[in-house]
Amino acid sequence: MTIHSQPDNALAFPDFGDPGFGVYVHWPFCAAKCPYCDFNSHVRLKGIDEERFVAGFAREIACMRELSGPREVTSIFLGGGTPSLMKPQTVEAVLSAIAGAWHVPDGIEVTLEANPSSVEAERFQGYRSAGVNRVSLGVQALNDKDLRFLGRLHDVAGAMKAIDLARETFPRMSFDLIYARPDQTVDAWTAELEEAIGYAADHLSLYQLTIEEGTPFYGLHKAGKLKVPDNDQAALLYEATQETTAARGLPAYEVSNHARPGAESRHNLTYWRYGDYAGIGPGAHGRLTRAGHKFATVTETHPETWLERVEARGDGITESVELDTEEQADELLLMGLRLREGLDVRRWQSVAGRTLDPAREDFLLRQGFIERLGNDRLRCTSSGMIVLDAVVADLAL
Amino acid sequence: MDTPLSHIRNFSIVAHIDHGKSTLADRLIQMTGSLEERDMKDQILDAMDIERERGITIKANTVRLEYDASDGEHYVLNLIDTPGHVDFSYEVARSLSACEGSLLVVDASQGVEAQTLANLYAALDADHEIVPVLNKVDLPAAEPERIKEQIEEVIGLDASDALEISAKTGVGVPAVLEAIVKRLPPPAGGSREEPLKALLVDSWYDTYLGVVVLVRVIDGTLKKGQTIRMMGTEATYRVDKVGVITPRMVEVENLQPGEIGFLMAAIKEVADTRVGDTITDDKRPTATMLPGFKPAQPVVFCGLFPVDAGDFEALRDAVGRLRLNDASFSYETESSAALGFGFRCGFLGLLHLEIVQERLSREFDLDLIATAPSVVYGMTMRDGSEIELHNPADMPEVMKIEEIREPWIRATILTPDEHLGPILKLCQDRRGVQADMSYVGNRAMLVYDLPLNEVVFDFYDRLKSISRGYASFDYQITEYRASDLVKMSILVNGEPVDALSMLVHRAAAEKRGRDMCERLKDLIPKHMFKIPIQAAIGGTVIARETISALRKDVTSKCYGGDATRKRKLLEKQKAGKKRMRQFGKVDIPQEAFIAALKMGDE
Ligand SMILES: Nc1nc2c(ncn2[C@@H]2O[C@H](COP(=O)(O)OP(=O)(O)OP(=O)(O)O)[C@@H](O)[C@H]2O)c(=O)[nH]1
Ligand SMILES: C[S@@+](CC[C@H](N)C(=O)[O-])C[C@H]1O[C@@H](n2cnc3c(N)ncnc32)[C@H](O)[C@@H]1O
Ligand code: SF4
Ligand SMILES: [Mg+2]
Repeated sequence: MTIHSQPDNALAFPDFGDPGFGVYVHWPFCAAKCPYCDFNSHVRLKGIDEERFVAGFAREIACMRELSGPREVTSIFLGGGTPSLMKPQTVEAVLSAIAGAWHVPDGIEVTLEANPSSVEAERFQGYRSAGVNRVSLGVQALNDKDLRFLGRLHDVAGAMKAIDLARETFPRMSFDLIYARPDQTVDAWTAELEEAIGYAADHLSLYQLTIEEGTPFYGLHKAGKLKVPDNDQAALLYEATQETTAARGLPAYEVSNHARPGAESRHNLTYWRYGDYAGIGPGAHGRLTRAGHKFATVTETHPETWLERVEARGDGITESVELDTEEQADELLLMGLRLREGLDVRRWQSVAGRTLDPAREDFLLRQGFIERLGNDRLRCTSSGMIVLDAVVADLAL
Repeated sequence: MDTPLSHIRNFSIVAHIDHGKSTLADRLIQMTGSLEERDMKDQILDAMDIERERGITIKANTVRLEYDASDGEHYVLNLIDTPGHVDFSYEVARSLSACEGSLLVVDASQGVEAQTLANLYAALDADHEIVPVLNKVDLPAAEPERIKEQIEEVIGLDASDALEISAKTGVGVPAVLEAIVKRLPPPAGGSREEPLKALLVDSWYDTYLGVVVLVRVIDGTLKKGQTIRMMGTEATYRVDKVGVITPRMVEVENLQPGEIGFLMAAIKEVADTRVGDTITDDKRPTATMLPGFKPAQPVVFCGLFPVDAGDFEALRDAVGRLRLNDASFSYETESSAALGFGFRCGFLGLLHLEIVQERLSREFDLDLIATAPSVVYGMTMRDGSEIELHNPADMPEVMKIEEIREPWIRATILTPDEHLGPILKLCQDRRGVQADMSYVGNRAMLVYDLPLNEVVFDFYDRLKSISRGYASFDYQITEYRASDLVKMSILVNGEPVDALSMLVHRAAAEKRGRDMCERLKDLIPKHMFKIPIQAAIGGTVIARETISALRKDVTSKCYGGDATRKRKLLEKQKAGKKRMRQFGKVDIPQEAFIAALKMGDE
């Protein structure tokens, strides 16, 4: 196993203890449903009453502000679904509702997820004017055959156009690829990845294809009609990904996310550093701390039901539960260890009210799955990262 | 109550497994109007969850029926539905001693099976009058005439007046009720004036009611307020309630000779109620005790340990209560280096073991580890002393042993002709020695002598699968024979797991070791490191497998919305880990301990 040892990241947003406060807004509609996707996304052939949704978002934002208290926002993320189907005015209205609720300093990261199939120059310009300064494009693959297999509405040419336009219009941009596709060889993927890095700005998200329950791929997979790489092959692909990206200056700062040092996504770091975030829109999750108590919020997932609920009572929240210390400790651990910078052990101890099991930690250290960085940080080594879920399960007990 | 003895009938329903006893009980309950239609369901007497899930009867059950016969008279019928599986034969024996007659049910499409014979002999032993009943005549494959011939030929019972019924559709069942009244005898003797003498037939623990005791009154009267004495255990209690089961529990004034019913008496010591004991009046005791039941002879032993050592007391409580309900199960405390405190338990067979284990975990919410089942070995030591070995982990040093003996059984197997070949091979592979083979029509009846330790694990399962369910099996322990047995240990990641060690015949050791290692390889999940699994005799490794290390186990995508989902998964994993035991850093799921012993296709 040859994995590049990566230099310690010099993050643009070093973890000084405050993980920030992010605002996530979910746009639950897509032009078509991709066969692998289990996100809360719906297709509406009859069109969508965007004004009504804007009003709904605004009401829920006000309500989340009540729950969170006054905060300074460190990032905003418009995700989906396909937020690039929103009219620029809609985006603008949502962003100004957020600015009306919390303090939004100038220049913070504002990301919008975009599908290459719904990219138009005019629209992009509109988003930019509305305040979006970063886009994340769902490119997924750089060959037409695989794009068709993934059920995507765009082809490689469309993706290239979208990438170019995004780079012209926004200060920052990233794109997503899905790999570990059926029959994908390490060579083929490495070549595709090299090409992608050539088009990339300073951030890439590289996900292994996951067969999610309830999707068409799940049914095909179960019936034996769709074969994904086995664990050994998936491991080889993962390792090749780490090597290639590191060599080209885009090392992983999280399991599947790569950036030039300093170009990490502020918003997603908040998730992994287990900061607070308000989750707005259908099926959005949030974590909000008040007076030392941490609450997990979930909203109604079905878009129209969510809307009716918001209109009737001001928010679409279906669940708001306080997390006990064990639950918080688990979440902090499983999110934190995903990061290259690792887990702030002192913070974990103060949340959990105990120390990590020394025998288990020692065992994992000796096996070379984790390492200590000074006294306060614990992180996975490259061989630990690839079995992270097992490492977490071992440490969590 | 005032039913004259002549108008009481006590009878058991006996048969081979699945021949329709419980379904016939349903029809009898229904046709005598003992339950409202809306309260009826299939196999209503199989009340336990495990019974319903597996579709088999495990516990014998008693119901009192009121029947107006065609002679214009009113009768009280006490029915006992019994289990058919060989592992529960103790339930049958107990039930028979509370009755004077039996309905011998035979599936008219399958005919006489091994347990048909075994149960018939048991009923004859108990001096029962027998009414043969051919069931399932609604099936196209039913051949009542041929089966009648078979009954006469194989078991020498007059089948000319056997009843032909379908317990499912109800056809012929009214004639069964009439036959019970006309052909089965009323309880013999019994005098109300004599001192109380009652047989303790069964007992169980009810969460709401406490200990409930089922009795059959022989002499005298049992009533509320009376102080009774259990003659065997010498415990005395004041009776709080007496009643009958219809199948609801209905309180009555008293129980008289010939009657079967329950009593409750604020019994605290579970050990005070011993099935087979004689219950009498404390002030005016009967002179003679009833012969009682032969104690059950456990043939398979295994250790049961709580996964969480802190649950030991809860387990002690649970085995006590279960034993109250299942007299064929026995236990004593045991301690193990790896597993801490637990119980060495004895069972009538592997199904029995499985059921007890499942009942303990379900009814008492306990997580258990069961060690490898073992039979009882006899040993003569070099110094002349004799040892009984219940647990392979206690095997003395080989140098000190003069001779090891193992129990042998005589097995009777009935099978359709076409499966004979594979069955002969199975018996041969298990060191069997053929004693007899004969034909009943196109069915072969095989008699084999087999070492019990080759049978306890999965012989029955294998037999069923190679005969597609058609072969039936019954056995009795015959004798102990000297044998060349060795202790095989299993090492996981270099550490011996004593719960998996076993005694095997030297000639079979290597194959057995390979099988075990292969099985464990599938049963133990991959870990972050590779895990060697070895089978060894003394210091010599005879088989080895390696579980490769986890190559990749990481969730690719995990954002804000996934935190909850991932946490819940983690909580499940943590709970799962609590149900495992660690041996040499390896988590072994509890199911693995028994599953490892079931040999695969050979
Ligand atoms: N076709 C048909 N099926 C029947 C009849 N009687 C019982 N069965 C079926 O046979 C199966 C076994 O019936 P049970 O009544 O549970 O048999 P059992 O003898 O009590 O079984 P154990 O208690 O496990 O020994 C069930 O699926 C019944 O529905 C019958 O008269 N006709
Ligand atoms: C919120 S999704 C959708 C973004 C946008 N709608 C699109 O599809 O272009 C973000 C990313 O998750 C990844 N993704 C979604 N489902 C996946 C799956 N089953 N396996 C791996 N990656 C997946 C895709 O790369 C996708 O771009
Ligand atoms: S476009 Fe994106 S969100 Fe929509 S279905 Fe496809 S992957 Fe899912
Ligand atoms: Mg039954």
